[in-house]
Amino acid sequence: MFMREAALLLAALLGATGCSGGDDGPDATPHLGRPAPADVVRREDISILSDGTGLPPGSGTVAQGRATFSAKCAACHGEAGVGGAAERLTGGIGTLAAPQPVRSVASYWPYAPTLFDYIRRAMPLTAPQSLTDDEVYGLAAYLLSIDGIVGADVRIDAATLSQVRMPNRDGFVSLEPRAFDGNIDRVPSPQEK
Amino acid sequence: MVAGGGLLHRRTLLAAGAASAGALLGGAAEVGTRSPAWMLTPGAPLSRGGSGDGITRLVPDLPFAGSGSSRTPIDLLAGTITPSALHFERHHNGVPAIDADRHALLIHGLVRRPLLFRYDDLLRYPRHTRTLFIECSGNSGSIAAPEPEQASAGQINGLLSCSEWSGVLLSTLLDEAGVDPAARWMQAEGADAAAMTRSIPLSLRDDAMIALLQNGAPLRPEQGYPMRLLLPGVEGNASVKWLRRLRLLAAPAFSRDETSKYTDLHADGTADAFSLRMGAKSIILRPSFGHDLRARGAIEISGLAWSGRGRVRSVAVSADGGRSWADAALDRPVLPQALTAWRIPWRWSGAPTTLMSRATDETGAVQPTRAAWRARYAPGQRYHANAVQSWAVDSRGRITHVYA
Repeated sequence: MFMREAALLLAALLGATGCSGGDDGPDATPHLGRPAPADVVRREDISILSDGTGLPPGSGTVAQGRATFSAKCAACHGEAGVGGAAERLTGGIGTLAAPQPVRSVASYWPYAPTLFDYIRRAMPLTAPQSLTDDEVYGLAAYLLSIDGIVGADVRIDAATLSQVRMPNRDGFVSLEPRAFDGNIDRVPSPQEK
Repeated sequence: MVAGGGLLHRRTLLAAGAASAGALLGGAAEVGTRSPAWMLTPGAPLSRGGSGDGITRLVPDLPFAGSGSSRTPIDLLAGTITPSALHFERHHNGVPAIDADRHALLIHGLVRRPLLFRYDDLLRYPRHTRTLFIECSGNSGSIAAPEPEQASAGQINGLLSCSEWSGVLLSTLLDEAGVDPAARWMQAEGADAAAMTRSIPLSLRDDAMIALLQNGAPLRPEQGYPMRLLLPGVEGNASVKWLRRLRLLAAPAFSRDETSKYTDLHADGTADAFSLRMGAKSIILRPSFGHDLRARGAIEISGLAWSGRGRVRSVAVSADGGRSWADAALDRPVLPQALTAWRIPWRWSGAPTTLMSRATDETGAVQPTRAAWRARYAPGQRYHANAVQSWAVDSRGRITHVYA
């Protein structure tokens, strides 16, 4: 605690004596953020971006993924990703404009690397972050193979997963140009007095 | 300076580029060699909460006890502040039991100085306080169903709560880290067993906060203890709980919960992404399902209204199924992005009728009819369900939920 008190005091002094380097006046915030070393950032940052940035080394085949899925996923998601208590994962390609749209990884997700990101961080529900990177690659390969998005004998790694084009890649419209506001009714209805 | 002894002017702004006293401490915050234990195993289940008076959250039967939502019984409460023990929950793999001394918020990516902020450090920052609603974008989703759900206003609309939140302005911490001009988004990540992530546009940064306190007490574990992101007026899921990491990015990460979830499908098969702003909305709480009328005569109609875009401007009420409308009185204060209570006197003749309410916010946005709202989306699309709701009163005073 003493160090922090000292830091606070020092920050106040730096601000009060104009040593903060700014002409905006004295600094009212204590500046207690601690530098994050590069190795800490590397360890904490588990995110994979939509273009595959961040995907780790390793690989997995459809066959390996099928075995992992059967052992660790099928109990909740059902065989081949359909019919379990948890989310449906496969099927439904081309149904999004139908009266009964089926939203699955295959039919709805725009980016394949997201599969790696999500499975690794959140699945299986009972033991998140317990799968090896190779197991996650295998699961991605297997799930994508069920709907023919990748071949039945493919081996998936960082490069190949980044190159997969998902069927609904162009199905999303960002609301950024509309200030993230998708549901605007500005005209009073006729019955309003 | 306004006085001696070191007092700073109340409007003292943050000086960018100040020497970092934090850096003088040397060394990094202690962090584990892998994700902390509370991210590796499911957290505690949803719970009824409550404070012993018999009023509890509405918890459904769930296939996975930590994945789902519990609702605030808003029709059993009064006023605009939700008791913390009744604030709705939405968890994706339970409530983590976080040791605040071993938790830090990492800000990194497109910043000049990646920084770690610990809980007791953040408690020392200038305190920012606002009364704000949080509404899950799945709230009221059952109005998409072909038949009206016969359930209480809390069961239908209780993914909605309002609290006095206190913490640190996000911009204070971003300025300390020094945001790269190329950064336009940030990915927020929670320290729960789902490691919930959402991409947040930096255009929302100005009124965003890192909340540490709720209604005057430390955040409850189910509300994100020790710290959560809080984005006024934005769908609740984006106010990431148990916040552990903010990564500044040039573009969204397009993670699972901003593509496969929390996107709004249209009938043509395309979907809105980043539909973050919550719409203008009102609901009648009294009378409502489960609160039947006992006698004809003078009765007050009352409820709540809110908008993610700012203040509620007016609430119109109809007691004849939408043929005529009159403005309700708004209880003060009317705060931006907060719940507003409203009321209007009514005399029930004993004849069957239908009650409706419709909010307009200060931007002129009007709560849509259910038909207009449904026409906008694909069948079964349940997010952002802010349409006008209707309660039918029969000749015996019984209330049912109807589509009108």
